[in-house]
Amino acid sequence: MSLFSKPKYSTVVVKKKDIPKGLWTKCPISGEIVFNKELEANQMVVPKSGYHFPIGARARIAGLFDPETFVEVDASVRSADPLQFVDSQRYPDRIKKYERDSGLPEAVICGTGEIHGIPVSVAVMDFRFCGGAMGSAAGEKITRAIEVALKKKIPCIIFSASGGARMQEGIFSLMQMAKTSAALGRLGQASLPYISVLTHPTMGGVTASFAVLGDVNIAEPGALIGFAGARVIKETTKQTLPPGFQSSEFLLKHGLIDQIVNRLELRDRLRDLLSALYLRKKPAPAKT
Amino acid sequence: MDKPVYTLEFEKPLRELSTQLDQLRQQSLENNLDLSSEIAGITRKIEATQREIYSSLTPWQRVQIARHPKRPYALDYVGMICEGFQELHGDRQFNDDRALVGGTAFFNGDAVMIIAQQKGRETKEKIARNFGMPQPEGYRKALRLMKTAEKFGLPVFTFIDTPGAYPGIGSEERHVSEAIAVNLREMAMLRVPSISVIVGEGGSGGALGIGVTDRVLIFENSYYSVISPEGCAAILWKDSAAAPKAAEALKLDAPTLEKFKVVDEVVAEPFGGAHNNPTKAADALKYALHKHLNDLRGLDEERLLDTRYERFRHLGRFEEAGVVTS
Repeated sequence: MSLFSKPKYSTVVVKKKDIPKGLWTKCPISGEIVFNKELEANQMVVPKSGYHFPIGARARIAGLFDPETFVEVDASVRSADPLQFVDSQRYPDRIKKYERDSGLPEAVICGTGEIHGIPVSVAVMDFRFCGGAMGSAAGEKITRAIEVALKKKIPCIIFSASGGARMQEGIFSLMQMAKTSAALGRLGQASLPYISVLTHPTMGGVTASFAVLGDVNIAEPGALIGFAGARVIKETTKQTLPPGFQSSEFLLKHGLIDQIVNRLELRDRLRDLLSALYLRKKPAPAKT
Repeated sequence: MDKPVYTLEFEKPLRELSTQLDQLRQQSLENNLDLSSEIAGITRKIEATQREIYSSLTPWQRVQIARHPKRPYALDYVGMICEGFQELHGDRQFNDDRALVGGTAFFNGDAVMIIAQQKGRETKEKIARNFGMPQPEGYRKALRLMKTAEKFGLPVFTFIDTPGAYPGIGSEERHVSEAIAVNLREMAMLRVPSISVIVGEGGSGGALGIGVTDRVLIFENSYYSVISPEGCAAILWKDSAAAPKAAEALKLDAPTLEKFKVVDEVVAEPFGGAHNNPTKAADALKYALHKHLNDLRGLDEERLLDTRYERFRHLGRFEEAGVVTS
């Protein structure tokens, strides 16, 4: 027997269908199989590869704030049907379905809380609700989160995850871009920091308004961030898109975002940034 | 030989009648016949047909008029309502965008700053102006000129006419989203009066990027929408041929936008659309701009800024604790 021959192991071929659904998830880059419970405990970041799965608004909030400091506001602001919009379905029926499927009242959850003891007003988008599309209710909630920061003189953090504007609310959706950006103008005049965290995906009207207006723009690794969709660009220009086009890494290189931050390090990073821009002092050593 | 006249689908009956009219005139000239009663008859018929078509335009028909190749473009209006336009080029950073132009001019004798989205008329100019689709540099130039206006206390007039901001690789690499977003924020805080007018197409974020103004006016057959009817149809109906349906559903027409308070005034167009009588359209626009500018000049700076903030702050309809706001 040659020294370098391959040892023979008995192998068990695991067929895809044998893996019970809802227990395991496969990492799309490393192929490793992770327990869902482990993944959730790790804020949906695959431990070894560092791949970031999308995370829901509530789970993100749970991982972000000091325990028992988060207070939700404006939970009763929900989408109406200003255009009586009907395509293959009535818009209100779609909304009901999003509510059922996501367990959320709207594509944005807002509130105040503390990060390492620093008070902040926050708006967190959730892609599962209508692809995070911004309509009147989402725009209103985000604007109010900015206004809360202004009123309480605290920083504002907005997490984006959105396909863009919500078509079914037509021009009203477009106007949310102006409304949120105008509110950020006022926050800036008051010298209160705004940190934008762009997560996968952030596109269209959300990118072209509050998402890129941060005093600091942070992106999660591997997020798709852009204005026009890749398909539209290809069809319009007939050009091939460069590799990694519209990824966080692409945008860091091209100067739109300040940092790419791993979700698990975000809390500490926000403490450092807010200490600099808001408290203007080195943070106190963490209590153990 | 004359170029064939561009005719919209729903204007075909008019086109036929007008051909008949031309033929009758020709006959009466060539054969020395008195056909005046026939001619008068057809002329009346043309008027009646025109009235019938133009008094019940569908949103999709308005979109087609807004895109009509003969429709007056921004600089046509600037030429008709202002004097001494001095174009100021470039964003001082990268490029000069020909799809979004600007400069100083005099309106009723007073200095104003003009910002205008401009389409091209002939093929060569169309390409030079990128079919009216601005790139990041256009929005940055617009902001530079608005800041100049603020510095010297000039009111700002913006003319909106774009299918949308340009969706291209360079546009993304140089962050058209950031250029638009910054304009939204800065226009909301600009310390001089501003009025925008949608003269043709109000294509989404590309239009809004110069549209956060104290007053927003719109021509009767212009449209303003979050997405093009074709784009909306392709996504929601999985068929861009459903564009007429999407145009209806999006409620993008001027009269509806006025009801929604997204625009402050609808400027009437001459019968058959602004392209049928550009001078008349320009007169109506000049009158409206004059009126709104006078209103705004009566406000002190703080009041001006608060009113502008509130104007956009209250746009949107949602439900709160079971009650729908308006």
